[in-house]
Amino acid sequence: MEKIQWQIARVKAIVQETPHVKTFTLHLPQWIPHLPGQHYDLRLTAEDGYQAERSYSIASPPEKTGEIDLTVELIEDGEVSSYLHEGIEPGDPLEVRGPIGGYFVWKDNMANEPLLLIAGGSGVVPLMAMLRHRAKIGAANPTTLLFSVRTADDAIYRDELEQLAKQDSQFELILTFTRKAPPGWTGYQRRVDQAMLTDVLKRFASHPNGFVCGPTLLVEQVANTLSDLGLPSTKIRTERFGPTGT
Amino acid sequence: MASFFNKGFGRKRESVSSERIPPGQYETRDFPVLTAGPTPRIPLTTWSFALEGLIETPIQWSWEQFNALPQQSFTNDIHCVTKWSKLDTHWEGVSIDTLLEHVNLKPEASHVMAYSYGDYTTNIPLDDLRHGKAFVGLRFEGQPLAPEHGGPARLVIPHLYFWKSAKWIKGLRFMEGDKPGFWERGGYSMYGDPWKEQRYRSDD
Repeated sequence: MEKIQWQIARVKAIVQETPHVKTFTLHLPQWIPHLPGQHYDLRLTAEDGYQAERSYSIASPPEKTGEIDLTVELIEDGEVSSYLHEGIEPGDPLEVRGPIGGYFVWKDNMANEPLLLIAGGSGVVPLMAMLRHRAKIGAANPTTLLFSVRTADDAIYRDELEQLAKQDSQFELILTFTRKAPPGWTGYQRRVDQAMLTDVLKRFASHPNGFVCGPTLLVEQVANTLSDLGLPSTKIRTERFGPTGT
Repeated sequence: MASFFNKGFGRKRESVSSERIPPGQYETRDFPVLTAGPTPRIPLTTWSFALEGLIETPIQWSWEQFNALPQQSFTNDIHCVTKWSKLDTHWEGVSIDTLLEHVNLKPEASHVMAYSYGDYTTNIPLDDLRHGKAFVGLRFEGQPLAPEHGGPARLVIPHLYFWKSAKWIKGLRFMEGDKPGFWERGGYSMYGDPWKEQRYRSDD
């Protein structure tokens, strides 16, 4: 097998998604179509040769050829994320390799099966690639995204997600605000719990493919509760995301 | 000087132990959890651990029998393919050498498929499990190993990336030749040496 080579991408655009999250559009000299859910490794090199590497999920669908969007949350004290947020401008070079990962991916043969996406915070990024790809291929499978965020400020891609939900009767967006809901909010205002997951699972006529991504605690609790509620563990794919935290 | 470098980027974390951190890794003080799916619940009354495959007589231990085996303390650095390394982790458990004293391996046995509750598998060359290189961990930092970290028992092979250290270990199957396990089928390295940065199959 040929080595997944490092390549030097160019930053084409930077979008401030939320106060702590930016999306970097990278133009790749050797672009390879990815599967939604896959990631790229990104490597920073200092002038003295010191290197730091992190993995970032791809937010864009494979239909966006020649480039990828990496959505990066600024981590307090994060060596790589803080440089990306503060030191990088359009036109700058960045070294990446990918796409990587073959398990936490939404494959086209799942396009006719119901889909349950559950995200905490920046865990929404790989799920967004799935939703964008799903829209591009015109899939009509029943799909729900349950998205847990602290405040309205933290809801990455919220406008696009609401737009998608408006346009597509088979896609439902459920937001829950764990710290502070926006004024007039009548939906969920708590952490994802068993009652919420029971309610979400009820919407599906058959077992959905489940993808859960977010901070460790959320992923552990959600995956284990889904399993308790009868979703077969082979249907539950998990990925931990974001800072290692303590 | 590096041929390519990112302007203005420099080391932010002072690491006193950088010679213990393999390339591309960073040190973390906490213990992140990474799994492909839900955490299996394994009642100790039905837990068992088996050696099978290319051995003369397969053997199986209950939780009680396994805990009665000679145990040792281990202090190791561990390295996860998702880039974190954790130094000086303290474990107690049963050395694979101790387990192998109970069986006669067939001469053609060259590799092992470790298999777990929850159907996880991972492949390891036999020699990487022997001579003090690997153990079944039962306690971590003085406490019974938590389910999310692989409890009640996980394989620990500190010199390879940590996905080789199968959580919720159920047994070892001795094989002739190598075969990919769960992540290996998904494109990860067949061997996983952190010092050679063998993350993906194409790095082998």
